[in-house]
Amino acid sequence: MIIVAFLTGVLLICGSLIFNRNKFINYLLVALFGTMLLGFGAYQYNNINTIQLSFFKPDSLGILLLLALCFISIPILFHSYRYIEKFNPDETPRSRGLFFAAMVLLISACGVAYLSNHIAVTWIFVELTTLSASVLIYHHRNIRALEGVWKYVFICAISITFIYVGILFLSLSLKQAGIDDMSFDSIRANYDKLNLFWLKLSFLFIFTGFTAKLGLVPMFTAGVDAKDKAPAPAGALLASILMNLGFVGIYRVYAIMTHTPLHTWANTVIIIAALLSVFVSAVYMTRIRNIKRMFAYSGIEHMGLVMLGLAAGGVGVYAAILHIILHTLVKPALFLQYNQIYWVYQSKSIYDVGNYFKYNKTGAIVILLAFISATAMPPSGLFVSEFLIFQSLFQSHYILILVTVLILLTLIIWGFGSNVFKLLFSPSPKTMDKSAIPEISPWESFSQYVLLAAAVYMAYNPPQRFVELIQDAVKLIQ
Amino acid sequence: MIDILLIALAMTLLYMSIANRLHTYLRILVFQGFILFGATYLTLTNVNTVNLLLIMLETIVFKSIAVPWFMSYIIKRNKISRAAEPYLPYFVSLLIVTIIIVLAIILSSSIKDANLDKTYFVVALSTMFTGLYLIVSRKKIITHVIGYLVIENGVFVLSLAVGNEMPMLVNLGIMLDIFASVLILGIFFNKIGDVIKNPDVDLLNNLRD
Repeated sequence: MIIVAFLTGVLLICGSLIFNRNKFINYLLVALFGTMLLGFGAYQYNNINTIQLSFFKPDSLGILLLLALCFISIPILFHSYRYIEKFNPDETPRSRGLFFAAMVLLISACGVAYLSNHIAVTWIFVELTTLSASVLIYHHRNIRALEGVWKYVFICAISITFIYVGILFLSLSLKQAGIDDMSFDSIRANYDKLNLFWLKLSFLFIFTGFTAKLGLVPMFTAGVDAKDKAPAPAGALLASILMNLGFVGIYRVYAIMTHTPLHTWANTVIIIAALLSVFVSAVYMTRIRNIKRMFAYSGIEHMGLVMLGLAAGGVGVYAAILHIILHTLVKPALFLQYNQIYWVYQSKSIYDVGNYFKYNKTGAIVILLAFISATAMPPSGLFVSEFLIFQSLFQSHYILILVTVLILLTLIIWGFGSNVFKLLFSPSPKTMDKSAIPEISPWESFSQYVLLAAAVYMAYNPPQRFVELIQDAVKLIQ
Repeated sequence: MIDILLIALAMTLLYMSIANRLHTYLRILVFQGFILFGATYLTLTNVNTVNLLLIMLETIVFKSIAVPWFMSYIIKRNKISRAAEPYLPYFVSLLIVTIIIVLAIILSSSIKDANLDKTYFVVALSTMFTGLYLIVSRKKIITHVIGYLVIENGVFVLSLAVGNEMPMLVNLGIMLDIFASVLILGIFFNKIGDVIKNPDVDLLNNLRD
């Protein structure tokens, strides 16, 4: 019931945001949504593992990701407000309303999709995220944004078609067993009756489809363009909660595969895609000159690592879930900080930036800390999860893969580092207009510090309940 | 009867591979819509009447009237030149589509599952892959959209194969159809027409590293 109420509330808020022209009421509506979202998260946390509306079941994985979503949505909504308000004078009431409506829809569609216990319902909400994300990407209405949105929509349309074909094959696999109920629980309970041939095809199609959201080879390209062209707060959403949606989809289908004899085969598929993703990310990171795209490619590397942990099994599955949650905290900090860089230099090219410490000290420290966090150097939280992933790879005798990944990661850190250090420490370019640099309040960076600190805290001193939730989510596998 | 319809659908693919003018593509899409209309009526015998009517209405109104009409409107309004401009000669295209169909037949003959009518599987698979081939082998954005619509028709045939047991999946397929087409065509193609006068993919390749 509460899900229906939440979704109705969201739709009402979206409608009012689009039609209402009053600025104050719009922000009031966004604040109302924030409160509603927190209430929704708290309610689901207290009603864990109850079946709602027969299609939704907030299990541990769903709850973990939903809470992470609630935690990062509030700063992202706040920074969207700053983005629209302070440095964008040509914002019209209409574009502002549309932007916030799309954001509200994207956040809620992701949040509800995490809780879905039925592949078709997940799929419907994936469609909704495509719709809302495309509005966000096209926010600036210029030809580059158009190109980004066109590619995103087209690839996502193909990806949801793939997922749909996967669902059809899954239903063929169930048909033989005589099962009507396509919920994840029921499929997992009847795993020994499934037709393996159709299950294999189904996994291939669903996996390929979800890679568009997760940001893995083969469909990662759309996501990178999208994060580049969308306003940075929207990019922060695309780089965190939307990727998690892809993870949930793949994780739930993979959980079925692990019970069948196809487990090893599925691992091979995942490892190939993951390794290629890390490789692609390494290639681009070493030669990239666009700061925002660099952040996006860093996300692809992390998703590759998450998938490697999943395929390695054992402690790797635990590490994969921990990694994806910590990544959800760290990556938005980078994206939210990006706007300040743009306000100072009016450019996203690495050639036009330098000496950032001089112009914005607090922001520069955030960038430095976020760089350490995103490359998983200690004391970053991601270090713990990445270390566990490597350990699991070692234990499952994927030594060659481990060595390759480590070499690629070194390249990535080098590429990422040389760009970030150029931004922070090298002299600023002579062509820069120093009179136009705005004064940036240190408070603008406050939420980024909180996010980065939360990632460290969650990794080194995780609350007991948090660990239990992850361990419970791991139980879906095997 | 149903076999005749499905084979006719496979034949339209061969015709599509050698079609030159954009309007020919649209006419083939209309024809495919009618074939799917007939196929739905003949296949979904166990589905309740209201649902069947809804599905058939979608195939006829959406697939064979609304979408092709809207696309021809776009072609006129944006003054898109009428040739399809493939990267490969038509003979090669014909050969590739034939190979796709043959491969689909070989693949399906290796499946040992009594629950599945193989004609559906072959036609669906070859339609989907022909759609993908159209997307990669034609230059214009509008032919990409046409390729995507062909993929959707293939997916629809596949959903018919399981439609009697799980009508919900056919309805989902219709949702996909409407959602994706409206999203791609309705919002963005309009906008692309506003910003770029002759939508060619060559104009949309500035985003890269």
